[in-house]
Amino acid sequence: MKNFYEIRLSGSGGQGLITMGMIMGEAAALFDHKYVVQTQSYGPEARGGACKAELIISNSRVNNPKPITVDILLTLSQPAYDKYIPDVKPGGIVIIDSSLVKYKKGKGVYPLPITTFAEKDIGLKVTANVVALGIICSLTKVVSYNALERALLNRIPPGTENINKKALSFGKSLKFKDNI
Amino acid sequence: MLFYKLYKDEQGRKVGFLQGNEACLEAALIAGLKFFAGYPITPSSEIAAVAAEKLPMYGGRFIQMEDELSSMAAIVGASMTGKKTMTATSGPGFSLKQENLGYACLNEVPCVIVNVQRGGPSTGLPTQVSQGDVMQAKWGSHGDHPIIALSPSSVQEVVELTIQAFNFAEQYRNPVVLLMDETVAHMREKIVFPLAEETEIINRHHSEVDPQKYKPFDTSFGDIPPFENFGSEYRYFITGLIHDEYGYPTTKPLEVKNLLDRIHRKINDHTQQLSLFEQYQTEDAETLIISYGSPVRSCLGAMEAGRKKGMKIGVLQLKTIWPFNPEIFTKLPSKIKNIYVVELNMGQLILEIERVIKRKVNIQGINKYDGLFISDQEILKYLEQQQGKKS
Amino acid sequence: MMQDIIHQYLRPSKKFPHVWCPGCGDGIVLSAIVRAIHSLGKSKNETVLVSGIGCSSRAPVYVDFPALHGTHGRALAFATGIKMANPELTVVVITGDGDGLAIGGNHFIHACRRNIDITAVVFNNSIYGMTGGQYSPTMKVNDYGATAPYGNIERPFDVCDLASAAGANFVARATAYHAIMLEKFIKMGIAKKGLSIIDVITPCPTLYSFYNKAGKNIDMMESIRDRTITIQKAEQLSDAEKEDKIVVGIFANRDFPEYTGIYSDLMERAKRSVKDEELL
Repeated sequence: MKNFYEIRLSGSGGQGLITMGMIMGEAAALFDHKYVVQTQSYGPEARGGACKAELIISNSRVNNPKPITVDILLTLSQPAYDKYIPDVKPGGIVIIDSSLVKYKKGKGVYPLPITTFAEKDIGLKVTANVVALGIICSLTKVVSYNALERALLNRIPPGTENINKKALSFGKSLKFKDNI
Repeated sequence: MLFYKLYKDEQGRKVGFLQGNEACLEAALIAGLKFFAGYPITPSSEIAAVAAEKLPMYGGRFIQMEDELSSMAAIVGASMTGKKTMTATSGPGFSLKQENLGYACLNEVPCVIVNVQRGGPSTGLPTQVSQGDVMQAKWGSHGDHPIIALSPSSVQEVVELTIQAFNFAEQYRNPVVLLMDETVAHMREKIVFPLAEETEIINRHHSEVDPQKYKPFDTSFGDIPPFENFGSEYRYFITGLIHDEYGYPTTKPLEVKNLLDRIHRKINDHTQQLSLFEQYQTEDAETLIISYGSPVRSCLGAMEAGRKKGMKIGVLQLKTIWPFNPEIFTKLPSKIKNIYVVELNMGQLILEIERVIKRKVNIQGINKYDGLFISDQEILKYLEQQQGKKS
Repeated sequence: MMQDIIHQYLRPSKKFPHVWCPGCGDGIVLSAIVRAIHSLGKSKNETVLVSGIGCSSRAPVYVDFPALHGTHGRALAFATGIKMANPELTVVVITGDGDGLAIGGNHFIHACRRNIDITAVVFNNSIYGMTGGQYSPTMKVNDYGATAPYGNIERPFDVCDLASAAGANFVARATAYHAIMLEKFIKMGIAKKGLSIIDVITPCPTLYSFYNKAGKNIDMMESIRDRTITIQKAEQLSDAEKEDKIVVGIFANRDFPEYTGIYSDLMERAKRSVKDEELL
């Protein structure tokens, strides 16, 4: 695993991206003991349009808090995909919700019907962000599964533990390869 | 609703993954905050939201006032009862706070004003970063008045400087401005809160004089008069008019001059104690980058990357902006030939730096004011271009 | 006897004379405030006076209470902070019609809405005295002022209607002429939990009189006396008949919950929700 990751989680307001960012950040910073800086969209941007949460996860102190180009891009909406795909570094990973986004194939591009999985396999559409967390975890190893699960369980409303755990482990267990 | 959770580490210290705004209020509670009044404004809103939730849990009180003017007035009033008080705002609100900030300076009322800087002027760029209020923090209220202003570059520094802000306010009987910026206010980082025994908490000093003989602005105790609470046996009057030692209005030239001299002297004579700064790799530096607030992070990034390329770069971070400490600059290592001042404004603090550096050295501003944060690459690129020009 | 009480409350360290013009009504109103506080047995230490800017707002400097002479219009805002930070204190605000209703108008309505336990006495002379006789938000239409040389074209606020509509628990009007009634209303206001507004019609025999040819203090006092009617009497008159009248009495006396009390209940609820941090 690399020492330094710049990550952008993107989609539309309401898809839970900022919550995802906070969970991933807390997991990596507090439980995996990495240096982490997390930032996110604000204001009208966060409520519609292309919304994003960004993380820098590193083994040493993080200076610049806002990524310009990224190693990992998650996109859950078409506007976000269109806006942010040029920012992926060479050799970077792109995870796309193929149930919502028209995309271009390529090395390192992982299309998965994330929202459809959440609806059909988990039974709750709003868990798409948690399924995506599981996918990022298994694909990139940027954050450990245990840390992620612990941070997740601390953030969610009481009574939703089981469905969230299910969504996370479902995402992690998916088999996938990049779509060239 | 709180969007963070606090844990304890093995030493019993509270830790968490918090935004600068959230950390600011948590640190204020450690410092002894008991009253917060505010008005909603981006990008400072989270501070008030956390205050509303947490203060009443620990015996404090929160109020959302009808505007920024009244929230500043309310914290001054509350401070008069002996409580530690705070408000938080951003540029447009900071403009409105100036009225009663001046009142607090004149009456030497301890309080903390957080200004999470956003792009200006006017409504400007509500969700985007800026450091355009540096001079406003010093000169924003009318008339000569003393001010202390601190500026953090990380969430951990938000904790450190928030506690420091309360301590300075109490110790010097003066309002303290915590000049945050949108970047540091909204980014999340791991923070560790100090244990009680690791934290020095300063409370305002009281007099032991006979209440009949008490003067709220008594100069016989030195430049910082002891403070007594409204509601105690000490009854006195304060006013926004220039006042004598009793607090009564005066227009006598000598009393006017003495008062203004003293309230400035009490800060200026303690510039060294108030001056917080960090130096990174300045010993052998030929190029010095000076900055404060969140851009310091990018300066450090540029320094690290530049040194890998053989450039002898050092960074000077100012945590205390006001009072401005000229001694830091007159004592800079003599090897330094180039100074770059990185600011997210059109060049404000550079004016002070240029004013105090007497020796011949190249001073330039690296300024960004398009609403975006400045990256380490941008700074390094600028430095390389300048070096290229010279060689 | 009345003088004896007042003398007990003058600041020992403050040297007179005061700033008010001969014949000004402000001293009468201040005296009524002091007598009301005295008769309620309030301690000097725990009664805080807060004022804004203007002739009336100078009042707290003369009397021996902890006092904050604030900025223009903000008296209720400073007072709100004081009362919130220490709800045990009795807080009395001294303000004028310009200070309280123009520049401080926003604070006025919101203090009423919150119904915080503060008593505000509005020294209402319908003119800005300190700055030279400009028209205020309570000046009648067609009265004159330095900035109303052709007669005032703005309709005035009725301070009591405004305070009642905004939610204050106790709202009353008296005049500087009716000093005993005034003292009674201030006393009732301080005793009342919640926000109390006492609107006091008081003469400015200097600037108001200069612009409106209203005569000397005695003429203005007689005019106030002659124009004053009770609420009951006012109910029997048409709007045209009431035009020039001063309606005195209690306009609101009710028991909406008081703000600091509600906040104390909130604190109890909040304390119960404190959770321990878990070990990392």
